Amino acid sequence: MNAAIRPRLTLLNDGLVGSIIDEAFSLLENHGIFVENENALKLLGDSGAKIDLKSQKAHLGRSLVENALTTTPSEIRLYDRTGETSFVIGGDNVHFDPGSAAVSILDPETQSERKPVTRDLIRFFRLAETLTHIHFQSTALVSADVPHDMADAYRLYLGLREANKPFITGTFRVESFAPMREMLTAIRGSAAALAEKPLAVFDACPSPPLKWSRLTSQSLIDAARAGIPSELISMGMTGATSPVTIAGTLVQHTAENLCGMAICQAARPGAPVIFGGSPSSFDMRRGTTPMGAIETMMIDAGYAQVGKALGMPVHAYMGLSDAKTLDAQAGLESALGAVLAALAGVNVVSGPGMLDFESCQSLEKLVVDDEICGMAYRLLDGISRRDTPLALDIFKTLGEDMSFLTHEHTRRLYRSEHTMPRLADRETYEAWVASGRKTMADRAREDVERRLSGFAPSPPEDHKAAAIREIMAAYARTCGLDTLPDEA
Amino acid sequence: MTEEKLFDAMQEAVVSGDKLRARSLAEEALGLGIDPARIMEKGYIPGIQKVGDLWEQGEYFLPELITSAACMKEAMEVLRPALLQGGRAASPEGAVVIGTVEGDIHDIGKNLVASMLQANGFEVHDLGADVKLERFISEAEEKRAEIICLSALLTTTMLNQKRLIGLLADKGLRDRYGVLVGGAPVTRAWAEQIGADGFGANAPDAVRAAKAIAADVKKRREHVERDPR
Repeated sequence: MNAAIRPRLTLLNDGLVGSIIDEAFSLLENHGIFVENENALKLLGDSGAKIDLKSQKAHLGRSLVENALTTTPSEIRLYDRTGETSFVIGGDNVHFDPGSAAVSILDPETQSERKPVTRDLIRFFRLAETLTHIHFQSTALVSADVPHDMADAYRLYLGLREANKPFITGTFRVESFAPMREMLTAIRGSAAALAEKPLAVFDACPSPPLKWSRLTSQSLIDAARAGIPSELISMGMTGATSPVTIAGTLVQHTAENLCGMAICQAARPGAPVIFGGSPSSFDMRRGTTPMGAIETMMIDAGYAQVGKALGMPVHAYMGLSDAKTLDAQAGLESALGAVLAALAGVNVVSGPGMLDFESCQSLEKLVVDDEICGMAYRLLDGISRRDTPLALDIFKTLGEDMSFLTHEHTRRLYRSEHTMPRLADRETYEAWVASGRKTMADRAREDVERRLSGFAPSPPEDHKAAAIREIMAAYARTCGLDTLPDEA
Repeated sequence: MTEEKLFDAMQEAVVSGDKLRARSLAEEALGLGIDPARIMEKGYIPGIQKVGDLWEQGEYFLPELITSAACMKEAMEVLRPALLQGGRAASPEGAVVIGTVEGDIHDIGKNLVASMLQANGFEVHDLGADVKLERFISEAEEKRAEIICLSALLTTTMLNQKRLIGLLADKGLRDRYGVLVGGAPVTRAWAEQIGADGFGANAPDAVRAAKAIAADVKKRREHVERDPR
């Protein structure tokens, strides 16, 4: 069998990629970038950057950045909780994970957004475990029943308890990094084992334009030293916090990410870093950040191409929607994003389940999006030459009834050549009416309950579960909480 | 240029977003001895009102809106000394302190509202982003503001809008100030829930709300002064 060509989306010609990278280098060197973190400034200074401590501005020369790139791994291996299964983040591999850090959940009963609580997080993690095409978990919901100061660590704690898949996560405050790292270390057994087999990626967002905050710079440094991969999430908004043109925004995006990469490499050469982002086309009417805009997706595919040209693994927020409920807009924006991300070879695609500008998660949408991701994967498999000749022999051996249905060739290959939807409606009109005129959202609701009722929890070994609970409880006490909600 | 023509040109400068011209026309008008309050009233205010209308009609978007607000600022810089000299209020609508609440570094929305408030006759004291709650109150006291405007882009920092209202109450100052809240996750329901005086869904909406609140606060204060308890 001859391998199929990999379908590919390419938006930038080589000249444009070169100009974007050149201008990004020039921005870093001449214009400079704000780094509001003394540790990071010192690290960059030691690597040869020109630092003005008073204005907290760093000027990074081209050779500094190019040297840092040479120690940045071009691919990263992420391992699940058991440490047995690994996922390569690099090349043209595509892994989907739920859009992260939603502060609301779409309640399936009321169809309104509300604050998520512990029970919602547990249901979400369990559901994501059952979804074939969602390779990674993310700390997708922020639990509102704990103090905000510990909410970042708490979502990871519940996740590690409930889920086996690797995690995309991040900190909301500098202090939370230590307990989060300790929990990951407890699961792996030692700091060395965690660095050997990373279990979670930490997101860190610069503040556009051209600024790395105290929190995010520190996250980069801490993660680099612990061998935890960082995902750089630049997020310019065209015409508001970055140039209005897509190409101009790509320059700024590249500069911000390169600075983040340089901080990681200065903290520890060889530190794993992902060239990611969550930029958006800025809505000039409402001042909102539409993730479902085609221009947003074009920026994403564009910087993915730049990140690849720089030899780094890439990430994007795609496969999500700005719709407020599971409607046609939710389907169209999520499908468009997931498919374009897959075609662009984005290694980590964060988005499934997400609604309302990255602020809301929906379990029902997550199962729909899993189906979308399955279609995207099928598309990536392309059209292959399974037989030679392609069809002539089949016609030779076709019976008198001329039926392909009964042909051995059909039976042998239909399952691998075609995918079957679980949720999309393919009934006749009469059958659809007879079964209660259910919409995709209705079927998704049923699917969520079916999956959750059949879910068999696989908690970590007792001593590990006890260890992460102890770390979490101790951190909770420093945040003024004596009893974790999941004990109730 | 006749007075009429000057006023038309001012309106045109604001509508088209020509900052240099907005400034030079104000200088020219002052040079001709035209009353600065009249310049505002006949020249610039109709301009920014027209911009508001164009926004309502869906003709204008944020870049036009904010550039026109910047034109108003240019003109005001020229006119303010003359207004003050004549004993006139440079900002007839009242004074506001505005900022993004502590823990939140997002400031686009806040900046939009600040420029629109200024363009519409408010004296605006922009405290920036990540502003401590205590500071909103001390600045409001110092600047004798009518309104405290609180922006929050995160649902987590949104809680600080509620805390500020509690803090005002603790200090016995709740009735002295109007509190206007806004930001991406902020809704009318949230504003009502926390007992804010108003809510701005977008910059022009915030201006509308601020005008109503300022009038209300002034009335409240007069009432308190007449009837001290």
